[in-house]
Amino acid sequence: MSVVTQASPAAADHAAPAREWRPPSYWPFVIPALVVVLAVIIFPWVFTIWMSMQEWKVGSPTTFVGLANYLRLPTDPRFVEAVGHTLSYTALSVLLPLVFGTLAAVVFHQKFAARGFLRGIFIMPMMATPVAIALVWTMMFHPQLGVLNYLLSLVGLPPQLWVFNPTTVIPSLVLVETWQWTPLVMLIVLGGLAAIPTEPYESAQIDGANFWQVFRFITLPLIMPFLFIAGMIRMIDAVKSFDIIFAITQGGPGSASETINVYLYSVAFVYYDLGYGSAIAVVFFLLIVALAALLLYLRKRLLWTSQLGSEA
Amino acid sequence: MNPRYIVGRIGLWLSVFVIVSPAILFFLWMGSLSLKFEIDNASYPPVFFPEHIAWKNYADVFASNRFLTYFTNSLVVTGCATALAMLVGVPAGYGIARMAAHKSAIVILIARITPGLSYLIPLFLLFQWLGLLGTLVPQIIIHLVVTVPIVIWIMIGYFETTPLELEEAALIDGATRWQVFRHVALPIARPGLAVAFILAVIFSWNNFVFGIVLAGRETRTLPVAVYNMISFDQLSWGPLAAAALIVTAPVLLLTVLAQRQIVAGLTAGAVKGG
Repeated sequence: MSVVTQASPAAADHAAPAREWRPPSYWPFVIPALVVVLAVIIFPWVFTIWMSMQEWKVGSPTTFVGLANYLRLPTDPRFVEAVGHTLSYTALSVLLPLVFGTLAAVVFHQKFAARGFLRGIFIMPMMATPVAIALVWTMMFHPQLGVLNYLLSLVGLPPQLWVFNPTTVIPSLVLVETWQWTPLVMLIVLGGLAAIPTEPYESAQIDGANFWQVFRFITLPLIMPFLFIAGMIRMIDAVKSFDIIFAITQGGPGSASETINVYLYSVAFVYYDLGYGSAIAVVFFLLIVALAALLLYLRKRLLWTSQLGSEA
Repeated sequence: MNPRYIVGRIGLWLSVFVIVSPAILFFLWMGSLSLKFEIDNASYPPVFFPEHIAWKNYADVFASNRFLTYFTNSLVVTGCATALAMLVGVPAGYGIARMAAHKSAIVILIARITPGLSYLIPLFLLFQWLGLLGTLVPQIIIHLVVTVPIVIWIMIGYFETTPLELEEAALIDGATRWQVFRHVALPIARPGLAVAFILAVIFSWNNFVFGIVLAGRETRTLPVAVYNMISFDQLSWGPLAAAALIVTAPVLLLTVLAQRQIVAGLTAGAVKGG
């Protein structure tokens, strides 16, 4: 008790003058990073917006064209097609890792021998160098010599053309993306599972609930916030996915797997149309923000309806 | 040991096996491809354990003198980008945490959702104008886009949880802010430093998109070099797989050895570069 009464006036004494000069005194810690962030993050941003209003091709003089680059976007069939590819690729690459990642998290939440080591193995796909794994997947997708068609033949399924067929190329790439990023969902959901109190499970056991009921009515609602975060992160990464697609198909066959990011690369660094590329970059960023806002809105709606449901 | 418990255990181990096998089988197959001669890699049905092991694939990769150049490039780019990020990012994380300047995290969030390619267009022009293309400097600088936000983000989290009492006591004793940071805050945050360092190294090492635009023949990093091998060397799978495994081996090793730090860092910030 005496410690508390002695400490509190001292702390108050100290806090009052400290507040006066605190902000300037911590600024020197932040300034170097601020310079770096201004140079490599803020400057490119401002410059990109300015460039997107120029006709800017490498090797020719630049002219101000206003919003012409933006108006060109909806009339560019390759861009419109790329938006479609991006959305379908993203939808699948969010849903599948969410499902598999949640199942994996439920398993990794149990106690078993060598769990830490096995968790380390499990997260290897997402830490490994994307280009290196893309190379091996390319070999595995090979229609004649690839191991995947061999595995299909073992279970009696016909061979596939995988990334060499326009209709199966996106699902095949999503297979790689799912394999690679399910671990991240697992880790986030595992963090959520660790935060769940044990009481609901104890009362469910007393009530004789089975495994599925426990998962559906206790675990799932409690990990919903974590699933949402995982879904959000997955969406941001899947929209921007580049290494895997570029290294395996370069957007092909034809342009069947050309996403916005891959098209942006072609426009800016193959055709060197930097003004138009900048406009694509800005619209691309806005699309990601819009998708994030949509997810936030859906969560609100979902929370609202589930509350109504529990009241009824 | 009731039968229900045993059935539950068997079920658990079966699920663990099913969940871990895609990762294990993939990397085993990668190893198998890298150790086979062309005749085994081109056989159908596929051979998992070859009769003759092709250590030569690895020797070939190391023997090409370009590979050592690319390896050095990767070391220099990742080393410098990580060191610089730690140098500016750790104090920044401390300052932001102590000033409780949570709004500044928005910049990091924006950096997180911006596609890597959109940094490349303006910085490419800037480097061209400065005449830096053809050196490793542009890649070191642009890798900061990946490493600095990771380090700041993770360090904010760590400095927010370290106790303030010690720092306040040191201030009362007449220590300067810098001394408090250097001798009190930094030693406590050492686990956080390890996490930030490991993740910055991994995401910088793995980065591909900056390299394909900025790297010339002499300044390629390993991921770009491997990508170029795909396009030129489509048919010899053994050396290709060996090169891919060499590129990613340091990262895989680090993942298994430091899985606790990596998991802590990824779940704290869930950041990823690119």
